[in-house]
Amino acid sequence: MSNLRLAWIKFSRDRLAFSGFLIVFSLVLVAIFAGALAPYPEDTFSIHPAERLQPPSLKHYLGTDSMGRDIFSRLLFGARVTLVISFIAVGSSLLIGVPLGLVAGYFENWFSELIMRIADIFLSIPQVILAIFLAQSFGPSINSVILALSITYWPWFTRIVYAETRSLKKTAFIEATEALGASTLRTILLHVPPNVSSPIIVRSSIGMGFTILTAATLGFLGVGAQPPTPEWGVTIAESREYLPDAWWYATFPGFAIFLVVMGFNMLGDGLRDILDPRIRRGFE
Amino acid sequence: MHKSNLIYALKRIIYAVPTIIGLLILTFLISRVIPSDPAALVAGEMATPEQIEALRHQYGFDQPLYLQLIDYFQRLFQGDLGKSLFSGRRVFMDLIDRFPATLELTIVAMLISIFVGTPLGIVAALKRNSFLDHALRGFTVAGLAIASFWLGIMFQLLFSMWLGIAPLGGRIGVDPPKFISGMYLLDAVLTLNGTAFLSALQHIALPSITLSFSSFATIARFTRSGVLDVIQEDFILYERAMGLPPRLVVYKYLLRNAVISTVTQIGLLFGLLLAGTVVIETVFDWPGLGLYAFNSIVLSDYQAILGVTLWAGIAYVTVNLIVDISLTIIDPRKAEL
Repeated sequence: MSNLRLAWIKFSRDRLAFSGFLIVFSLVLVAIFAGALAPYPEDTFSIHPAERLQPPSLKHYLGTDSMGRDIFSRLLFGARVTLVISFIAVGSSLLIGVPLGLVAGYFENWFSELIMRIADIFLSIPQVILAIFLAQSFGPSINSVILALSITYWPWFTRIVYAETRSLKKTAFIEATEALGASTLRTILLHVPPNVSSPIIVRSSIGMGFTILTAATLGFLGVGAQPPTPEWGVTIAESREYLPDAWWYATFPGFAIFLVVMGFNMLGDGLRDILDPRIRRGFE
Repeated sequence: MHKSNLIYALKRIIYAVPTIIGLLILTFLISRVIPSDPAALVAGEMATPEQIEALRHQYGFDQPLYLQLIDYFQRLFQGDLGKSLFSGRRVFMDLIDRFPATLELTIVAMLISIFVGTPLGIVAALKRNSFLDHALRGFTVAGLAIASFWLGIMFQLLFSMWLGIAPLGGRIGVDPPKFISGMYLLDAVLTLNGTAFLSALQHIALPSITLSFSSFATIARFTRSGVLDVIQEDFILYERAMGLPPRLVVYKYLLRNAVISTVTQIGLLFGLLLAGTVVIETVFDWPGLGLYAFNSIVLSDYQAILGVTLWAGIAYVTVNLIVDISLTIIDPRKAEL
């Protein structure tokens, strides 16, 4: 318990990590309460041609889009779409990547070699391009984005867990566990995971940032979420026709992406400093 | 080249072969197993049932999977990536035609990130915890969080639409220079064509700066930590103790080692840039592989998307191979597999 408290004290004193945490926390709140917070919650789908392309005002904080929908309200609902996509994508990457990394790292045989080579193959195609190809194969939709991102992101977890498990295996601690008679299964399930969790947590946070960016990119290119989904990348793609006059249309969704990705990256960076005692401040 | 370097190079090349074969199998599986009807996907949305049937037979989609795989390999080795629905030409020829534009954009972006990112990283490391160091840290964290397509659109809005000092898109505003490499800047220099050079330079400025943004941040970061590692090494302490002036130590010993950490990043950066070209070319209407990929998405031209994916994967593996091998020449310690 004291360890946890120590971590929390360190965490709340780390400006970078804490601001990241605040951004992420607010994002989660916004996503949950989008319906209550949005001034025009019905504007995710309903259209008001009379109010199209209005600049930011007190009535529409961030202006309206080409269909007269309130951009601020749509951004709030977009947060929900974004979070759902990246939570599920990172979550399933964890579920695939971590066990594979544990097995590959613990055993030193042809099977672990095979796992790592397969992970390398997935990483041999630039990730955004692989995600585009996958999303197109599944057919453009939010579900395809989630699947595509999970399939492209798991190897990162496998690589990290593999490397950590390999070096952990050489320590006296695992040797002692085995000498005490712990079965292989017990060691892999109970003793290795707690000791490799820090890099996984850090990577998850950075992975959230990455998947949010990639999901927006896929939406922008038209292989991801489809209109009228209030997804941020889709909104930016729609806005291009109305530049330079409706500058607010393209500008604010981009800020939303930036803020959220920045939040996750800062959180990840800060957590790395806190959780990994080998790295001290300023040596990152 | 030293003998051990040669052995390493050979080993590294052999090691890349299974990766490339795996890459081919992966793309095969994605294109044949995931879609509910691969033939319909290849035929496009406008195809009639008869056309789909014909394609199914032509590509052998009705054959068992392992036969399809053999056929797929045979076709690839003949450079046959199928026909593009959009251009009606062979996808392979489309890729070859469009490659120079993407290569040019990638090279310019790479040069910007190296020549701006490396010095900034070095200065930040030497003046650690200074204002500049903190500013750079903030800048690099921000650089990695910006969606590049949005940054490109913002640049267009500011520099092209409002200020009118940069073209909105395209590669060149005058007649392109005589074809030598297909890269306009290089060809213009080789043919001493000043007007074409200037126009090409104006057109490449915004897309290349946008594209280099995230890689520039990455390179500054890595150079900074690379230099910080070297500063703490014994030999630097030794040189300083021998009474060498700090300036000389920096130029002569530190930089060489910092370069290594930069070169290590080039392979990774190339992947980042290559992926980035898809959105940047789309935003700036740059007629390379990225725009080709985007048009193929819009028109559901499946063979073309498959072609771009394969091309990007093979290019990425090859560049990493070259980077790894050249690293052993700069730093022989790296020559272990």
